Amino acid sequence: MRLTLFNVVAAVIIAIAFAAVNAAYLVWAERRGAARIQRRPGPNINGPFGLLQPPLDGIKLMAKQLTIPGGADKVLFIAAPVLAMFPAIMSFVTIPFSENIVAKNMNVGVLMIFAFAALGSTSLLFAGWSSRNKYAMMASIRAVSQTVAYEIPMLITTITVVMIAGSMDLMEIVHQQSGSFLHWNIFPLLGKSHNILMPLSFLIFFTCTLAETNRSPFDLGEAESELVAGFHTEYGSMGFGLFFMAEYANIVIGSCMTTILFLGGWGCPFGLFPGVWWFILKLYLLIATFIWIRWTFPRTTIYGLLNLSWKILIPLSLFNLLLTAGLLKVF
Amino acid sequence: MNQNIASHPELFSVEGLVGVVFLILIAITLTGGIIACNSNRVVRAVAGLIVCFVGVAGLYFFLNSPFISMMQILIYVGAIAVTIAFAVMLAAPEEKKKFGPTGPLEGPFAFATAALLAGGFSLLALNTDWPVRQKINDGSVEEIGIRLLTEHSMVFELISIVLLIAILGALVIARREE
Repeated sequence: MRLTLFNVVAAVIIAIAFAAVNAAYLVWAERRGAARIQRRPGPNINGPFGLLQPPLDGIKLMAKQLTIPGGADKVLFIAAPVLAMFPAIMSFVTIPFSENIVAKNMNVGVLMIFAFAALGSTSLLFAGWSSRNKYAMMASIRAVSQTVAYEIPMLITTITVVMIAGSMDLMEIVHQQSGSFLHWNIFPLLGKSHNILMPLSFLIFFTCTLAETNRSPFDLGEAESELVAGFHTEYGSMGFGLFFMAEYANIVIGSCMTTILFLGGWGCPFGLFPGVWWFILKLYLLIATFIWIRWTFPRTTIYGLLNLSWKILIPLSLFNLLLTAGLLKVF
Repeated sequence: MNQNIASHPELFSVEGLVGVVFLILIAITLTGGIIACNSNRVVRAVAGLIVCFVGVAGLYFFLNSPFISMMQILIYVGAIAVTIAFAVMLAAPEEKKKFGPTGPLEGPFAFATAALLAGGFSLLALNTDWPVRQKINDGSVEEIGIRLLTEHSMVFELISIVLLIAILGALVIARREE
């Protein structure tokens, strides 16, 4: 394929549109899912199954006034939601959805996604600090300490997978799991490492994704009963909308990463209908799990949250890293 | 690629776009640096620092080393800048910036030093015969890892010792306060 200006612009537009549409419709999915779990209908008036709800919500949000609290740092206050959305969109550039559907495959793809995920936490810090509100500040400190704590087991688990694949290229990681669905990294015995603890690694990674995206049961940064609304307390209008969209875009990226690292990407069992839809299926099943967990688990405490990471997940993931290294040497 | 850059490419082509992105990255780096040095609030200075780091990471990417570029963002923005911002927010109350000279090196001396440095660097940049090198290696993680543990193992070990000393120092300071 020749690289033309048209291709570049098209790739950028598709990445932004994919992130935005997903974010908008996941809000709808979340509300419908919550309603199902709580035995009520949810948004079902606008359009079939309420599918017109997200664009209408968008229009409503954009029509509202963006109030900037007195004494707030205006520049940072406005920059923070943009900073939240930017890394989320950037990460879509390197995610391979199938053999051919990838904007730019990089040989350090894994690293790129984690680098931009790290950028996201700065936006939380600035949002909390610049709104000059003590609850927002508390929330952002909580959210960042949580992100920093859970980044470690997440990265260690990722290194385990990178070691098995021998590459940081996301495409390569998927190729290494191809062949049979028993080669997926989540299944312990037939994979390259024959590591019995791989399902545990998958669980650690999934838990860390939940925590990194500030989702329940780890949504201490948005505990309504303690902190009003969290770091976006002072945000109205599309500023709030952007934070919301960034959260859902991050969920999509987390689920994409889980699919690629552990569930074999677009690989399919028994060679049934190979194609991009397997990736999409796995992706949205994971996202459905996110929503399911959010509405069925109660929130933990901040100490419980940090203890889980530092005392359980980090030692376990380190142990698994060593075990995998040993097994790779043996086999 | 090099020939295209040498013979001014059209603006509305991929090469032209790449050139524009390069200029934007330089602008981002400089703006970030200026904000970091001149802002009244410490947190804003940290924000400027982050902008500067991201610009530098973009320049590394431009120079064909995506690994270094991503490490720049992961370590400098994700770890160091967040730690600085965290420390500033937890520790310092809002402070008005002091105006006027605060030390012997401010004022005319500072200006002279800055002018000397700027002149020196400009001379250096203009008089150096910049060799256009082909890629030394593919810049991949394997290559970097192998080089780091063979040719540059001394540096690698020294860095680990420095980090160990830093951790020990942090422990000593934390213990003293108890």
